[in-house]
Amino acid sequence: MTAPKGISAVAREMAAQGECTPRVARDPVNEAMINNWTEALGDDNPAYPAVAPPAMVQVWTMRGLHPNPDDDPLGRMSEVLDAEGYTSVVATNSEQTYHRHLKPGERVAVTSRLEEVVGPKQTALGEGWFVTTRSIWRVGDEPVAEMMFRILKFRPKPVARAAVTPMVSKDTEFFWVGTKIGELRIQKCAACGALRHPPGPMCPRCNALDPTFIVSGGLGEVYSYVVHHHPQVPGKRTPFVIALVELEEGVRMLGELLDVDPEQVKIGMPVRVRFVPSGEFTLPAWEVR
Amino acid sequence: MTTQLPELVLDVTPTFVISTALATRDFQDVHHDRDKAVQRGSKDIFLNILTTTGLVQRFVTDWAGPDAFVRSVAIKLGVPCYAGETLTFSGHVTEQEGSEATVEVVGRNSIGNHVTGTVRVVLP
Repeated sequence: MTAPKGISAVAREMAAQGECTPRVARDPVNEAMINNWTEALGDDNPAYPAVAPPAMVQVWTMRGLHPNPDDDPLGRMSEVLDAEGYTSVVATNSEQTYHRHLKPGERVAVTSRLEEVVGPKQTALGEGWFVTTRSIWRVGDEPVAEMMFRILKFRPKPVARAAVTPMVSKDTEFFWVGTKIGELRIQKCAACGALRHPPGPMCPRCNALDPTFIVSGGLGEVYSYVVHHHPQVPGKRTPFVIALVELEEGVRMLGELLDVDPEQVKIGMPVRVRFVPSGEFTLPAWEVR
Repeated sequence: MTTQLPELVLDVTPTFVISTALATRDFQDVHHDRDKAVQRGSKDIFLNILTTTGLVQRFVTDWAGPDAFVRSVAIKLGVPCYAGETLTFSGHVTEQEGSEATVEVVGRNSIGNHVTGTVRVVLP
């Protein structure tokens, strides 16, 4: 690992090296690639393909799908930043100047130099470094176009991928074992027979410490609900509906109400359980029936 | 009176994002592979900068005509332009000296300004 000071030092060294070896375009300027470009961009300017669209200049010298190692400073600086964990990239600025039109048959070559590397900066995307290069395209010795190009190499903010997972205790383990095999289990007092949810060690009716369970039929009605808009919840797309469902067995249970327009949810809406795998767990959720 | 350029409205489909990325020889996965784009923190695949530059140029030459010569395209990217967006270009001439005009361009989508740019063009 290089310290941030190291990145700046490497950048200064690289900038001092000046222009890199020219990278020659894979193909001369040609009608086929011009036509692919105008077709994709929907540009029906009749000047093309007799001349190339000026903004295609960078296309001719792209490194392609299987780039050969070269001393292009953008690539080299990117490797340095990749190694430091700044693995994502977005382009932020491009300023191209064109000296003349290019015609089919001409072959360009580009040389680039590193202008500056600025960072670390806190950006909306995450912490990153702005890398600025300057490039010149030439046909033979004649400069035909120039560019200032700036990218942000950043450390992507961690994307919370897994949904919030339940806490499992000795008292609730039977419930999560059940959902995994497609059973919605309701705790039952072995002493007095009362059903209860959420599970706990002691019967609230007779205080017995002897829980067992039954398997619910999975049918119920919306007793109450909320539409969650904010804050963001890992693994979820807002808005979503959380419904408190009164099961036919008489206990109430929380879960997400799936595939429903929040505007259409009504108290008393009949629902059934649906089991949704989420990481190591299977969560009970509801769907309208 | 400032000269306004006719608006250009583009339907940025996944096919558009991918075909333009390939036509500009940009094979970065974020421009053609949604799973990778999401892994890297994006909502979806998005337009590459070479395409945005090309579209800004197209927006100006659609107005200036085939005999115009584009001298420069300078752009600054704002919000990404994801697949599924509608991208609307608008612009106006800010300066004209002889036959050379300077055009300010904005390309906006549903989340904000995707690109702001300045194009210098020699008019026929």
